[in-house]
Amino acid sequence: MSAVQEVVTPAAIEAVPKRAMTLGYGTSLIMLALLLLVPLFVKNFIIFQLTMLLIYGLAVLALNILTGGSGQFSLGQSAFYAVGAYTSAILMEHAGMNYALTLPVAGLICFGFGFLFGQPALRLSGVYLALATFALATAMPQLLKLGYFEHWTGGVQGLVVTKPDAPFGLPISQDMWLYYFTLVITIAIYIFSVNLLQSRSGRALMAIRDNEIAASAMGVDVALYKTLAFGVSAGITGIAGGLGAIAVQFVAPDAYTITLAISLFLGMVVGGVGWLPGSIVGSAFIIFVPNIAEGISKGLSGAVFGVLLFLVIFLVPHGARQVAIVAQQLMGKLKRN
Amino acid sequence: MRSKQKLRIAAFSTVIAFVTTSGAALAQKKYDTGATDAEIKIGNIMPYSGPASAYGVIGKTEAAYFTKINAEGGIKGRKINFITYDDGYSPPKAVEQARKLVESDEVLLVFNPLGTPSNSAIQKYLNSKKVPQLFVATGATKWNDPKSFPWTMGWQPSYQSEARIYAKFLMKEKPDAKIAILYQNDDFGKDYLKGLKDGLGAKASAIVAEESYETTEPTIDGHIVKLKSTGADTFISITTPKFAAQAIKKLGEIEWKPLHIVSNVSASVGSVMKPAGFENSQGILSAAYAKDGADPQWDNDPGMKKFYAFLEKYYPEANKLDGSVVFGYGVAQTMAKVIEMCGDNLTRENVMKQAASLKDFAPDTLLPGVKINTSATDFAPIEQLQMMRFKGEKWELFGDIISGELSN
Repeated sequence: MSAVQEVVTPAAIEAVPKRAMTLGYGTSLIMLALLLLVPLFVKNFIIFQLTMLLIYGLAVLALNILTGGSGQFSLGQSAFYAVGAYTSAILMEHAGMNYALTLPVAGLICFGFGFLFGQPALRLSGVYLALATFALATAMPQLLKLGYFEHWTGGVQGLVVTKPDAPFGLPISQDMWLYYFTLVITIAIYIFSVNLLQSRSGRALMAIRDNEIAASAMGVDVALYKTLAFGVSAGITGIAGGLGAIAVQFVAPDAYTITLAISLFLGMVVGGVGWLPGSIVGSAFIIFVPNIAEGISKGLSGAVFGVLLFLVIFLVPHGARQVAIVAQQLMGKLKRN
Repeated sequence: MRSKQKLRIAAFSTVIAFVTTSGAALAQKKYDTGATDAEIKIGNIMPYSGPASAYGVIGKTEAAYFTKINAEGGIKGRKINFITYDDGYSPPKAVEQARKLVESDEVLLVFNPLGTPSNSAIQKYLNSKKVPQLFVATGATKWNDPKSFPWTMGWQPSYQSEARIYAKFLMKEKPDAKIAILYQNDDFGKDYLKGLKDGLGAKASAIVAEESYETTEPTIDGHIVKLKSTGADTFISITTPKFAAQAIKKLGEIEWKPLHIVSNVSASVGSVMKPAGFENSQGILSAAYAKDGADPQWDNDPGMKKFYAFLEKYYPEANKLDGSVVFGYGVAQTMAKVIEMCGDNLTRENVMKQAASLKDFAPDTLLPGVKINTSATDFAPIEQLQMMRFKGEKWELFGDIISGELSN
């Protein structure tokens, strides 16, 4: 019990030792096996939900790198997600590009966008930065509606995207193919992110998060690393957005409102700030809990969701990470006995 | 050995019995997923939460209507199982809910999903699965496209056809009009604007000013003042109720008295004219296809009497001034009619076939003379409207029932 209390400190973003950011080998393998095998036994609808789980998981992971890694807040992730989604959709529908090739383009464009946005954001921190990114999120749906881009974006009507078939004549459904395609990308990005945070750059980011002045005294280029964190986070979000457009088969300005940004933020907090594997838990929360709330009461679904969220934050303020740590300690005790 | 043989014979005879009985049943009754002897599953998606949650009332009215049908014994003995989900007006969520309805709940059809973005998002999916997407709750023009989307059908008059009616009216009654337009910057506003311009045709130069607003703006006063300064003498307000009321009020304040046309979406006495002030609303023009629940002229109308009786018994907390309640009742009644016409052949194909063979069907809440007609090439059920003018505390209908049919 005392160990848990040690974890609970009042700081908004507490220092997370880098080893605690990942899962052990055994747990990772079990997770991987689950993600690989479950789709073989469920309906296409559930596979679609699992695909969305991975996609939102990626977007939450991206926010986690930004907030948990470098300590910068963002309520503007929906804007990056939208840019990624529209990039993929426009390239697929107007330029006839292969869906898989649109993703790196979406990632690169969003990286650039995020990096550029990171420049003015340098002057801001904490709540002020959160507000600046909030402005980005509110502006995005209107920008997408602008008449100048209408030829490309489809304006308010949005764009319908064609869902890809499984290649090489594989005898699996579109949904299952898209799931495994998403899974491969998710795992690749997860491994990249874990390595990034454990590398020299990752240590620099965490040094900035913990104490900016100390970090710059140690020779860390604070400005560069902060904008890079924005860029990387936006890039990953963009890839998630592109995948989202392909899975949902539709992009429209109304899909990428501030509500999405807040959902992603919520997913990060519920999953545990700075704990990368928690992203998938957070994503599960934002996908499935609203459905549960709706099941309990249709008229009061919002209120029920609020109560559930409150319970989670009240009981486990550090989200899934806290649960994982408690579980780990229990396992350790059992082993010793 | 003996017992095994016996078992085999028994099994064989049950199989034969099963085949013959089900064969006989098949000859009379045909079912697709979602329909059985006992019930018919109808799916629905509504924005019960989020920015368009005011429309959630439509879903509640429909649920109440199907409760009424079930209480009266169902349709040909089959109960309606109405499954309705919330999409919060978000297209990705609508896709998730549509897939849940089709693949997990296994509904026969998806009925009256609301909103242009949400319907656009699920249209391709439902058509590829060959699941009817019937009577969608949006006025976009694109739902009448049986060639490309044979499983999708609208219900209400399209925004474009309504706008054309105003254009026709203006060209006839006020050929030298200088028109100022205020429109909502979304699919509704844009579609409407297009209909207006198409309708005016060569006379589109009569439009001297266009202003758009976002639904997130707290007030549209600035736009109104700007439009007045252009010297226009005709004002067309393509707005949703809250903004329509603001516009009417502001016009009164700055004493601008142009010929004022309000889109049908906002032609509600209860939610627009009354809050804007009756003194400001005199002489406003609009067009309608349904009766207004707040209008006393329908108090003795047999159709509306049925409607009020239904509200009293099955949905007493409803606000009868709310146009959405009237809408939900009318569209649910159309759905029930189609199911009735299907008889015992409850396949998805037959549902679409029957929905496309409605002849002069008049739900209780439509204006006298407005009738629903569909055919294999006409997937636009309601195409008629009647012009009306606001006088005193109610709308006065004038002129003939006009068809806004798009002549392509």
